Amino acid sequence: MIALRAIGAVAAAAALLGAQPLPDPVNDSVIVDPGLPRQLSQFGFFAGKGVSTPNRALIRYALRTPLFSDYADKQRFMYIPAGSRAQVKENADVEFPVGSALIKTFGYGSGADFRPIETRVLLRRASGWEALPYVWNADLTDADLKVAGTRLPIAVTKPSGDKVQISYAVPNKNQCKECHANNGRVTPIGPYFPNMDLTFGELRRFRSQANFPKVPVVNNGPVWNDPATGSLDARARAYLMTNCAHCHNPAGSASNSGLFLNADAASDRVATGIYKRPVAAGRGSGGHDFAIAPGDPDRSIMVHRMSSTEPGVAMPEVGRSMVHDEGVALIREWISSLSQD
Amino acid sequence: MKRKFAGPMSLPVRSLSFVSLAALALATPLAAKDIVVASGAGAQERLQEALIMAQPGDVVLLGDGRFELTDGLSLDVAGVTVKGAGPDRSVLSFAGQLAAGEGLLVTSDNVVLRDFAVEDSKGDAIKSKGADNIVYHNIRVEWTGGPKETNGAYGIYPVESQNVLIDSVLVIGASDAGIYVGQSRNIIVRDSIARFNVAGIEIENCFNADVHDNVATRNTGGILVFDLPNLPQQGGHNVRVFDNLVVVNDTPNFAPKGNIVASVPTGTGVMVMANRDIEIFDNVFEGNGSSNIMVIGYRQTFDDPQYQPMVRNVRISDNAHGKTGFAPQFAGGEMLAAAFGGSVPPIIWDGVGGAGASIVSSDDVPVLNLGMTRADQPIETAQPSLAQLTGDAAPRLPKIVMPAAMEAAIR
Repeated sequence: MIALRAIGAVAAAAALLGAQPLPDPVNDSVIVDPGLPRQLSQFGFFAGKGVSTPNRALIRYALRTPLFSDYADKQRFMYIPAGSRAQVKENADVEFPVGSALIKTFGYGSGADFRPIETRVLLRRASGWEALPYVWNADLTDADLKVAGTRLPIAVTKPSGDKVQISYAVPNKNQCKECHANNGRVTPIGPYFPNMDLTFGELRRFRSQANFPKVPVVNNGPVWNDPATGSLDARARAYLMTNCAHCHNPAGSASNSGLFLNADAASDRVATGIYKRPVAAGRGSGGHDFAIAPGDPDRSIMVHRMSSTEPGVAMPEVGRSMVHDEGVALIREWISSLSQD
Repeated sequence: MKRKFAGPMSLPVRSLSFVSLAALALATPLAAKDIVVASGAGAQERLQEALIMAQPGDVVLLGDGRFELTDGLSLDVAGVTVKGAGPDRSVLSFAGQLAAGEGLLVTSDNVVLRDFAVEDSKGDAIKSKGADNIVYHNIRVEWTGGPKETNGAYGIYPVESQNVLIDSVLVIGASDAGIYVGQSRNIIVRDSIARFNVAGIEIENCFNADVHDNVATRNTGGILVFDLPNLPQQGGHNVRVFDNLVVVNDTPNFAPKGNIVASVPTGTGVMVMANRDIEIFDNVFEGNGSSNIMVIGYRQTFDDPQYQPMVRNVRISDNAHGKTGFAPQFAGGEMLAAAFGGSVPPIIWDGVGGAGASIVSSDDVPVLNLGMTRADQPIETAQPSLAQLTGDAAPRLPKIVMPAAMEAAIR
């Protein structure tokens, strides 16, 4: 998967070399000024139609273990304004300077067939991060701000080959924050250096605009579906961290649940879900007693909720209308491997 | 105040004030901008956009009629009032909801929610999280198909908040608790009605709450004061339950298994679990088949050195006890009823901690002491006996007071 992406990036770079004039610079004032730009084009992140010609100032990256979003393909860029530098912290979080932006496009189809649906931007303003969703028009000439989100009928082909018609949900501005909230403030989730997947060229560009700590931090975190990159336990925890911990951490939207799947909580067995009883699960409990019943995925609330698409039961609560079969299989395998008391 | 039992027809609560439109107009701050949102086509995006674009001080006015919603709504702007035309006139219907864990989510401070209804949300109905100084007033939450396991868990659900005022709400059909306040501080739940929920009103892992002048009826259990382990805020204490009508709680428990309320016996009036400094006074109890007041420890296994599973310092006084204990729905209940003349005594305490637990009652009814030494002791090994819980049972906790602006918002 990573290799394929690298090839794609090379192909994209080759295509770029052949492109005629370079795009105009990114419009820095639109990023930092207060207000809600109505069109994505106002930022200058992309030239031409859609997202196939990114501004040369953007640095593309991917995530080694990404969030599942109805099998959508995602194209991620970061923008760090000239003269400013990001800071990779000792805990491997990446801090971006004012004027930065993270640009994430959701769509279906790979390579040249990629058709964008929506582009979400996180803007680092002096007041903090602002999260805004933009929905592409039919001609892909621009994407319009949809603060209230929307729903779109989309046909999705699963990895199994099954075709499914879904009601794709573009999140509203508040839902962006629900996942991106840290103590009530919007915060990026993806740029955690060990989980970032950068090609050699992308990494070189990122390093030219980022300071690194004295302690070595490397982007070699587990890839959830690649056993060569980590043990089953490491890959399952990486999956839960990306897919759940943005809410399930002591400062996140699910702080009241006491179920914490962030890296720092990993040593607290009950907080991780093992023999943890539900608090406010309602029918989300599925009649089970524990978030994780070690050795018994069929009696684990976590598996029940990941396997459901029903609102009120399904986890995550937003951003998913399909079951991530392969992710559920990973978590089932992991729970099966845990020994009972 | 000693109140003689007079049956459920004599309501000790003030009648629910379904406020007139004229009164609403007076309550609108002069500086506020009104954002009017009508029901009808496109309600989801129009209403959600209004909730996002509102500025502090604004009032989002819901029009008459039904708002057919497809997704959860959310409000994250401080100081906004969401006001409908009345709980039977402005209805947010989530019957067609496709996603989100609740109907309406509030995550900002100083918000007033009033005069509308939320129906048939797939998860919780209205949740406010980390939302300080929140007011819920004159709101109806209902699962219209009656009590069902597939109903959402909580009706009105403030959590992790400081200063919570719930006034004149009606909640019907929650599969967990109709009115649930969790991990919060300084709370009033008053003049409200909870019926056909598993728990009518539940105060969980909270500090400083007054629950008064409510009606809890036809639930599985009327009013619960609980504390659970492994949560960011625990050690629940200082809760007063008074002047409530807790009658005929007889709906068979329909909570999904695994949830703590699934263990509440059908026919429970007030249940206090793993809390300290609780006062229960001037309530009217009648027709609760299991018992009127149960004071018990946390009975499940847990792994949390910080957690205190036993109940301490409970003062019970001046409650009116009608017929109770005639259909005990807990393990060993029938045997106990037979042993005590056909019905279980109206007050039950697990006995954990003995005299040191300081559980006292001056109510003129028998008390059953289960004689346990550990909260999680199997009921079969209990040593039940009638007990005198003597001591000073007079209430002494201070009255809970809200910031003046919160009371002013609904005056």
